[in-house]
Amino acid sequence: MPAKNSEVKKLVDKKYRHGFVTDIGSDTIPPGLNEDVIRLISRKKDEPQFMLDWRLKAYRHWVTLREPDWAKLDIDPIDYQDISYYSAPMQNDDGPKSLDEVDPKLLETYEKLGIPLHERAALAGVAVDAVFDSVSVTTTFRDKLADAGVIFCPFSDAVKDYPELVEKYLGSVVPYRDNFFAALNSAVFSDGSFVYIPKGVRCPMELSTYFRINEAKTGQFERTLIIADEGSHVSYLEGCTAPMRDENQLHAAVVELVILKEAEIKYSTVQNWYPGDEEGRGGIYNFVTKRADCRGTNSKVSWTQVEAGSAITWKYPSCVLRGENSVGEFYSVAVTNNMQQADTGTKMLHIGANSRSTIVSKGISAGHAQQSYRGLVKIFPTAHNTRNHTQCDSLLMGKHSGAHTFPYMEIKNPTAIVEHEATTSKIADDQLFYCRQRGLSEEDAVNMIVNGFCKEVFRELPMEFAVEAQALLNVSLEGAVG
Amino acid sequence: MLNIDNLHATAADTKILKGLNLSIGTGEVHAIMGPNGSGKSTLAHVLAGRDGYEVTDGSVTFLDSELLDMLPEERAWHGIFLGFQYPIEIPGVNNTYLLKAALNARQKFHGEPEIDAAQFLRVIKDKARLMQMEQSFLNRSVNEGFSGGEKKRNEIFQMAVLEPRLAILDETDSGLDIDALKIVAAGINALRSEDRSFLIVTHYQRLLDYIEPDVVHVLAGGQIIKSGDKSLALELEARGYDWVLEETSSA
Repeated sequence: MPAKNSEVKKLVDKKYRHGFVTDIGSDTIPPGLNEDVIRLISRKKDEPQFMLDWRLKAYRHWVTLREPDWAKLDIDPIDYQDISYYSAPMQNDDGPKSLDEVDPKLLETYEKLGIPLHERAALAGVAVDAVFDSVSVTTTFRDKLADAGVIFCPFSDAVKDYPELVEKYLGSVVPYRDNFFAALNSAVFSDGSFVYIPKGVRCPMELSTYFRINEAKTGQFERTLIIADEGSHVSYLEGCTAPMRDENQLHAAVVELVILKEAEIKYSTVQNWYPGDEEGRGGIYNFVTKRADCRGTNSKVSWTQVEAGSAITWKYPSCVLRGENSVGEFYSVAVTNNMQQADTGTKMLHIGANSRSTIVSKGISAGHAQQSYRGLVKIFPTAHNTRNHTQCDSLLMGKHSGAHTFPYMEIKNPTAIVEHEATTSKIADDQLFYCRQRGLSEEDAVNMIVNGFCKEVFRELPMEFAVEAQALLNVSLEGAVG
Repeated sequence: MLNIDNLHATAADTKILKGLNLSIGTGEVHAIMGPNGSGKSTLAHVLAGRDGYEVTDGSVTFLDSELLDMLPEERAWHGIFLGFQYPIEIPGVNNTYLLKAALNARQKFHGEPEIDAAQFLRVIKDKARLMQMEQSFLNRSVNEGFSGGEKKRNEIFQMAVLEPRLAILDETDSGLDIDALKIVAAGINALRSEDRSFLIVTHYQRLLDYIEPDVVHVLAGGQIIKSGDKSLALELEARGYDWVLEETSSA
């Protein structure tokens, strides 16, 4: 038997399907970071003064900070002067006016990634903002969305076209002082998506942003701001990929969600940055600050994430439950294989009375990967009759992977009900044998067991993406057992 | 159908099977009885290809193929089914989904098209009725939260859907109350046919009150030490195993 089993191991080579590089001319500024670089980025984007001022304040704060070291991550030192902070594919000065003016190589790139940008070929009912290195290439269905009053555009357009909204909300959820990476992002962010859903509007389509890092030695620092005005509803999805390279690349994003009275945002992520090879060479360093501010009564936010890529993941999408009866949800599947490391989780800050939160975290660790769940549930004295339920399950594959759980609870109101359940299990040989005895191949059996483990999270994803997430998981764990 | 010749197997360096010979013809029902630790479950597991056992000598042919060379799933595709003594729970995996994937994997192996969804649904409804299982069972996670009796019924239900050539049932009767035992036995009997064989591993004669075996074997010390017709099971029930062991050692 053992001899036969090892044949399955030929699948051990992890296949990263999005590892190609697009050969396209680019406008990339030299590595290094100082105030002049920030002025240059701001000038390239033709930004109003308030934006530059904010960037500079953030930069001046950032230089006083040190990288956080509390996460359970083993990271090679990052040389922030060795990174280029802006890279854009060559195009006309004004940028493309329509898809016809977009470089065909870019369109082809997205085609290859399974994201056709021509509206007639696009996924029905999904509008896409395609961000390539530091800039947005195009945003589909903008006109159709505008009919409903929805604004969905590249962040750099929003700065120019809707400065009053940007100035009002930017940094209001994640201030530039928040943490090291948020400060860095605030200083140098290049592009990202901006969404505004007006009062009472249910966004007629799914919105999505597709982030692609292409250029070597660059970082990607995107910023997303979504504002759901009173009584509105939107479902938003982001996807991420990068080429395979031997060096590490930095990705430090900030996402801010503002949710007013009776509004709801459903935010889903399928993160598949290049994870590095089996020996841990290369891969993206993914340091992300995501936070939702449920400001109004009965407001709701739901984070769903499938984290499969990146060499390092440092990410805690959080919910500030300020409004009465506000609801925060966090559904997460994190997969680490080979030498990947992830320290991820969420924060639920209960401020409003009757606020409720749910955390479902599923961690899968294979190879030599290390993964931690880190979560904070904080009940403020003002938060009467709040509830939290946390469920945190880890699945280990093989003998060398690790799973760790760091749940924190701070409860300052005696009426709160907070529950925490945690399990750690190994993918059991008897489960595998049971499936194989019924006729499933070893790989299919692993996929079926793992997908079963993640089911509670996958069912929260929009339909098209649930399928993609499932496929991604299968690829990520190929050869993990054998 | 199945020919076991001089099978020796060890688990964790302990010799368990020590020259076992057994031949099962097409359409026959064989029962294997024997004292605890005699190697009954090991035999079932070795035939199904479970990891953790090493075959040190002997051979097993199944339908003219060398069984021991095959992966567990290949054995399943060739028609081996193992009813587990302790069926495994798989959270989040739908019972029906597992069966459909298993069936289609076999179809693919034999170069046949996937099972038509409507037809599949008809089949599982029929078989669920046979096992007196509620429809809701079909959409629950595999064995999760099932009672002991429900798990065993689910094993036979799976067997009914997969229609194996050789069903190896490892103590399917253990832990069943009399009503559940009758349902399980009726399910097995309904599947008896000219081209399907059974190897029933059991401690107790009571299952054989409902399922009449063609041959009864006594397994002790890693070998088949006595074979007979169904009356042997009754005799074992009445007299225990000691007399067989003595008979063998004095012979």
